[in-house]
Amino acid sequence: MNAPITLDARTEDLATRERLVVIGNGMAGCRAVEEILARDPARYAITIFGAEPRVNYNRIMLSPVLAGEKSFADIVINDEAWYADNAITLVAGDPVESIDRATQTVIARSGRVEPYDRLLIATGSDPFIIPVPGADLAGVVTFRDLDDVEKMLAAAGQGGNAVVIGGGLLGLEAAHGLSLRGMNVTVIHLMPTLMERQLDEAAGYLLKSELEARGQTILTGADTQEILGCDGHVAAVRLKDGREIAADIVVMAVGIRPATALARRAGLDVERGILVDDDMVTSDPAILAVGECVQHRGACYGLVAPLWDMCRSLADAATGTPSGYAGSVTSTKLKVSGIDLFSAGDFSGGEGTEDIVMRDAARGLYKRVVVRDNRLVGAVLYGDTADGNWYFDLLRKGEDIGPIREALIFGQAFAQGGALADPSAAVAALSDEAEVCGCNGVSKGKVVATIKAGACSLDAVRSQCKASASCGSCTGLVESLLALTLGDGVASGPRTLCKCTSFTHDDVRRLILERQLKAIPQIMQELHWSTPDGCASCRPALNYYLLCAWPGEYVDDQRSRFVNERLHANIQKDGTYSVVPRMWGGVTTPDELRAIADAADKYGARMVKVTGGQRIDLFGIHKQDLPAIWGDLNAAGMVSGHAYGKSLRTVKTCVGSEWCRFGTQDSTGLGIAIERMSWGSWMPHKFKIAVSGCPRNCAEATIKDFGVVCVDSGYELHVGGNGGIKVRATDLLCKVGTEEEALEMCAAFIQLYREQAHYLERTAPWIERVGLDHVKVALDEPEAVRALAARFRFSQLFMQDDPWAKRVAGEHADLHQHIAEVRPLQVANKEFAQ
Amino acid sequence: MIGDWLDIGPVDQIAPGTARTLAVQGGEEIAIFHTLDHTFHALVNRCPHKRGPLSQGIVHGSVVTCPLHNWQISLRSGEAQGDDKGCVPVVPLRVDAGRIYLLREAVIPHKAA
Repeated sequence: MNAPITLDARTEDLATRERLVVIGNGMAGCRAVEEILARDPARYAITIFGAEPRVNYNRIMLSPVLAGEKSFADIVINDEAWYADNAITLVAGDPVESIDRATQTVIARSGRVEPYDRLLIATGSDPFIIPVPGADLAGVVTFRDLDDVEKMLAAAGQGGNAVVIGGGLLGLEAAHGLSLRGMNVTVIHLMPTLMERQLDEAAGYLLKSELEARGQTILTGADTQEILGCDGHVAAVRLKDGREIAADIVVMAVGIRPATALARRAGLDVERGILVDDDMVTSDPAILAVGECVQHRGACYGLVAPLWDMCRSLADAATGTPSGYAGSVTSTKLKVSGIDLFSAGDFSGGEGTEDIVMRDAARGLYKRVVVRDNRLVGAVLYGDTADGNWYFDLLRKGEDIGPIREALIFGQAFAQGGALADPSAAVAALSDEAEVCGCNGVSKGKVVATIKAGACSLDAVRSQCKASASCGSCTGLVESLLALTLGDGVASGPRTLCKCTSFTHDDVRRLILERQLKAIPQIMQELHWSTPDGCASCRPALNYYLLCAWPGEYVDDQRSRFVNERLHANIQKDGTYSVVPRMWGGVTTPDELRAIADAADKYGARMVKVTGGQRIDLFGIHKQDLPAIWGDLNAAGMVSGHAYGKSLRTVKTCVGSEWCRFGTQDSTGLGIAIERMSWGSWMPHKFKIAVSGCPRNCAEATIKDFGVVCVDSGYELHVGGNGGIKVRATDLLCKVGTEEEALEMCAAFIQLYREQAHYLERTAPWIERVGLDHVKVALDEPEAVRALAARFRFSQLFMQDDPWAKRVAGEHADLHQHIAEVRPLQVANKEFAQ
Repeated sequence: MIGDWLDIGPVDQIAPGTARTLAVQGGEEIAIFHTLDHTFHALVNRCPHKRGPLSQGIVHGSVVTCPLHNWQISLRSGEAQGDDKGCVPVVPLRVDAGRIYLLREAVIPHKAA
């Protein structure tokens, strides 16, 4: 605090001081002044110019003001008395328009001229307005200052629809405030994940679900095309995909840009922000700059913590004891009441980093810390952010976390609990009464007793005392107890789906249905995946399980598809693709053959080969040419043969009774009917069918997943054959009398396999695992067969769109195109061809 | 800075969890990856094992699994993970103001430079 001095003495004193003029009465400008005063209260005579007609307030608390949780008085940092007490002249509502560096004066809008010895630019940032038609309509506001908040409050008073463009920190806080004020809020976000700069996919998904549960509509991957008006006032927002969303107010919160216009006009060095050195000095030694308007070592900041760091270094230098600003590590908290969200540092993973993930679905918890070289480098917390500051502290100090690494994810209380830092010691230290499994109320003592009574595997414990048999979140604890109690005598359980989870394929499939899990990030959260976004084993498996469980509802995730299923062609060793059009039942026509021949010529197929499944394969097609060759084949009436998929491949047939002197039934006709029914269906693995017209079995039906052998009296249906590495002849499932029955049983068997087999398990190993009797029993009752077949036919309603035709029509065009091509000669001329 | 870096366009042309390719006349194709964590990486588009196109693999964490034989390649270092041995060149990449830049000298084939 300043020593009390008389006004006269101070006026006289002020005249002898250096004159410090501050442009910007915001958080950075005022904080810098506070820091200078704390070091040397008598050094400067200070004048502060502010564009807003009010005292300095805490801008980051505007969100609670909008939400009605605070008033403006609550967020004032420095009231008028502070300016008076410190003899600061505040020029509010009169922005500086120019800087004359030659005469060291600033000129305000009113014409006021103020001389300076040192000038501090703290102009902050401007909201970025996306340049779409209608952005200048009345009712389009930004979220930057109190005036913006007042505009939003006025709109909210009328009720109606609010659209917030931007699903970052600021946008979501604006959406929350408007929603609490009673408006019907839609958030439009360009990227697929909310707050993608701060959150990973898993946390972004949880946040989106929570906001939707609160009644907001969240549109991700949504690109604004135009803001539509009516009588000069905003009326709706139109997206590039054609959707229109009614709007009485539109809040643009897509980002901020450093406010550098004044500095640029004054001739200071400016890139994205005003360039400053470590002492916050600009290219003019008399001029300092601080806050969101600056660029320091290539970085611009839009958060408050770095401002405080900058202001300290600035004040140190401005009072003769430079300390040097070295940049800031940032952390983020979302100020939406009831949602706890924290992120800090670099959580992008990578070389030498290790993710430690903890999920607790029952409590809606997701925690992820990223460790590199035994140092914490990043953290994302959702649901419980109590340890956020502790992690942030570890991160900034770069301390060796080796000694507490095993317990790090459990938080400060656990990790710093001395002996408890070893998780197995922590488990050993639990009392016998301590509850291990919350779902089934099983204590540690009971689990240990169960183990001692002979349960020596996780599955045995689950079935005998129910611990970890429900949600599974205590699986780790039960495994620790097994290890503690039995030492090396633990029996390894059934194989888990992959290393990301402790659940088996069967567990996951059951829980998807029981808990109505409908998205990959949701499964990973609810089932406590130990990795942030899975791996190349579990992602395709989960994608298939969801497709199978929720036909017509689940949207296929292309990112979780193997390349062949993403590009609807077979990748070859040289990176080109092979293309196989469907040939129903192996029957073709001269026109189709001509079209195939033309396509082979046109796209330079280097080999044309007849496949084992009675089709024609064109080799050596380039990724970029795929949509074009498909278009040509489509035009001749052919569709994708799915020769690339975990799906129905072919239905191989012999000529049957129509031509063959031995044929007993129309095997070709039945094969075509089966293929028409089952093409396009995704399966756990590839699936082959054949129909032979007599027991001579020319179509080799007894080494197929489903084989029909026609006999005089009807049709023998065979299952579980395989001609691959391990040849397996089919088992006879049953015999039916009509084509209709054969088709119905085929559909039912396929659906049973689709619903019960593990991903990447062919029918042969599946049947050997579950037993032929299991399959026969499941297909014994006509009612059960009808139900299975009906589920298959329902699912097929959504599957029998030719994927080639969709690509030809432009779907996922990016998959087939280079983003650009570099041509060195033009590059040398600094040109670049798109 | 700009002179040393090639602007290859906006970040939103590559969806998270996918990769796209950059053809280089007279040089090797480059794969640019956008992870689910929203980081960007560029590698020469060939697996050190049997030259599989890495851009077509499944991206998880900061690793891509090669579509040909499931080798896992680090997007940061280009090195094969686990017991596999091999490395593919990494192309220095930076993102600035929503655009992706590659280090020019790592993109342009040497004979043309």
